[in-house]
Amino acid sequence: MTKQVLLIEDEPNIIEAISFILSRDGWQVRSHTGGAGAMEMVRARRADLIILDVMLPHRSGFEILADIRADPELGATPVLMLTARGQRKDREMAERAGASRFMAKPFSNAEMLEAVRALAGGAGGL
Amino acid sequence: MNRNDIGSAGATKPGAIAGAITGTRIRERRLERGLAQGALARQAGISPSYLNLIEHNRRRIGGAILLRIAAALGVEPQALAYGGEAALIDGLREAAADAPAGADAAPELDRIEEFAGRFPGWAHLAVATLRRAQGEARRADALTDRLAHDPHLAASLHEVLSVVTAIRSTASILTDTAGLEPEWQARFHRNLGEDSQRLAAGAERLVSYLDDGPGTGRDILSPQDELDRFLDGHGHRFDVLEQGGDPGEVLKRAGVPSGTGAHVLIAAALECYALDARMLPEAALSAAIARLGTAPLALAQDLGVPVPLIFRRLAAMPEDVAGPVGLVSADASGAILGLKPLPGFAMMRLAGACPLWPLFRAGAQPGMALRQRLVQPGRDARPVLALTAAEEAAPGGFNMPPLMRSYMLLLPAPVEASPEAPLPVGNSCRICPRHACTARREPSILPEPMTPDAPSF
Repeated sequence: MTKQVLLIEDEPNIIEAISFILSRDGWQVRSHTGGAGAMEMVRARRADLIILDVMLPHRSGFEILADIRADPELGATPVLMLTARGQRKDREMAERAGASRFMAKPFSNAEMLEAVRALAGGAGGL
Repeated sequence: MNRNDIGSAGATKPGAIAGAITGTRIRERRLERGLAQGALARQAGISPSYLNLIEHNRRRIGGAILLRIAAALGVEPQALAYGGEAALIDGLREAAADAPAGADAAPELDRIEEFAGRFPGWAHLAVATLRRAQGEARRADALTDRLAHDPHLAASLHEVLSVVTAIRSTASILTDTAGLEPEWQARFHRNLGEDSQRLAAGAERLVSYLDDGPGTGRDILSPQDELDRFLDGHGHRFDVLEQGGDPGEVLKRAGVPSGTGAHVLIAAALECYALDARMLPEAALSAAIARLGTAPLALAQDLGVPVPLIFRRLAAMPEDVAGPVGLVSADASGAILGLKPLPGFAMMRLAGACPLWPLFRAGAQPGMALRQRLVQPGRDARPVLALTAAEEAAPGGFNMPPLMRSYMLLLPAPVEASPEAPLPVGNSCRICPRHACTARREPSILPEPMTPDAPSF
């Protein structure tokens, strides 16, 4: 069964590029723009991996991550956090909030693929 | 010309005496009076060769010899001994502390005074360079802090980096994906076009913000630095407020952007100044000083006002009325809140002050004014008279102590012998040579003083 990735990101062309490369790698990608309604999407999709931007309109990625980790059914889902600020402070905050991995923008497609494969154990369809 | 002859024309400019050290001042005064070295030496009861060493700052001087030389020259001893030399030498020590470890040639710490005396211009340049470097370091810290906490800048950077990420990812897809379908190619080319335009616009906005926004130049100093610069720039005195003017107008003319930390601090300082000036007008204080001198307790009793108010008002008086006055204030945590320097007593905000300063005892005894002579390290250091008092800045409540603020007024101490030795204090531990000091927070980079007349614990 193909593994699912949920991408929560407010930059439409990043969504399109990541969706393309992950789809070509065998992942089923769903996306959601912005922080509002993100938890509803997380609960509805039950993805194998969540890629979550830190700086989102309406709700920050850290808040959404805290909600995910507090939910008994979703708490174990691997979460890859993206931020445009690769500062140590953000990395530490992401680790404290329970991020599985942290990736600073701008990243390469190869780095993204490697991180997704490492966190979700390879695409289910391949 | 003798390379040591720093007192001759060409080597010491007119006016340079104010910043020179004791030996240089003696030589200047002697030459002004047309006195031969031998004649002055005889009058002072020392040998000409010893006076020569003193004049070239190769021997330290104080006590009886200084008094005799001053009398022979017909000047007050303070005119020879009191000045900026202690601050200059402390500045050189700071510069030495900043010297890179493992450098081929380490600064000769045991010859700092000699260096300052023989080459005052170079010494001042070294200290000025250090101050500039410290200023740049503070600006860098403030900029780093701003990068981390300025929400507008963070949002702008996020926008730019997000577009860069999209461009990088899209371009990689176009170049790395073999046999990419034409519709995908067209789609990603369109995305690249859009993103490149957004990147250009975002970069322009960011540059514009950095150039023109409330963040460049003044703002990247800390608010406290801004306050210090503002007060120093006005000599810690505001004639408009002395005449009952509106502090809001002074603030407006200062041109500090509203909403900034500096604006808040400067506004509070001006309000405090205006209130003080209303409570104790300059005319009343000047008249009292003419009758009683600058003794703060006598002034406070005569005028019926609190001692800390006298301190603040003395620090605002012109020097021809109250003489040189330094003032430093601190909160209950020991953080320095305000600082008006007194030449000869080195103070710096950044590195943490000497915990032996009576300033830090004042808060524990708010009703008691302390009076103590202090001396900082260095054989040329002159004692200062420190007077401290504390006042309640905000009242307490249930389970809430009152908020105390402590003040230390600094005045030049008389050179004459006193039955009580001045308390040896420092500036900051790192550049204080009193290794055995029990109040030491961190090791000093300086060697122990070797001179027998150096103050010690």
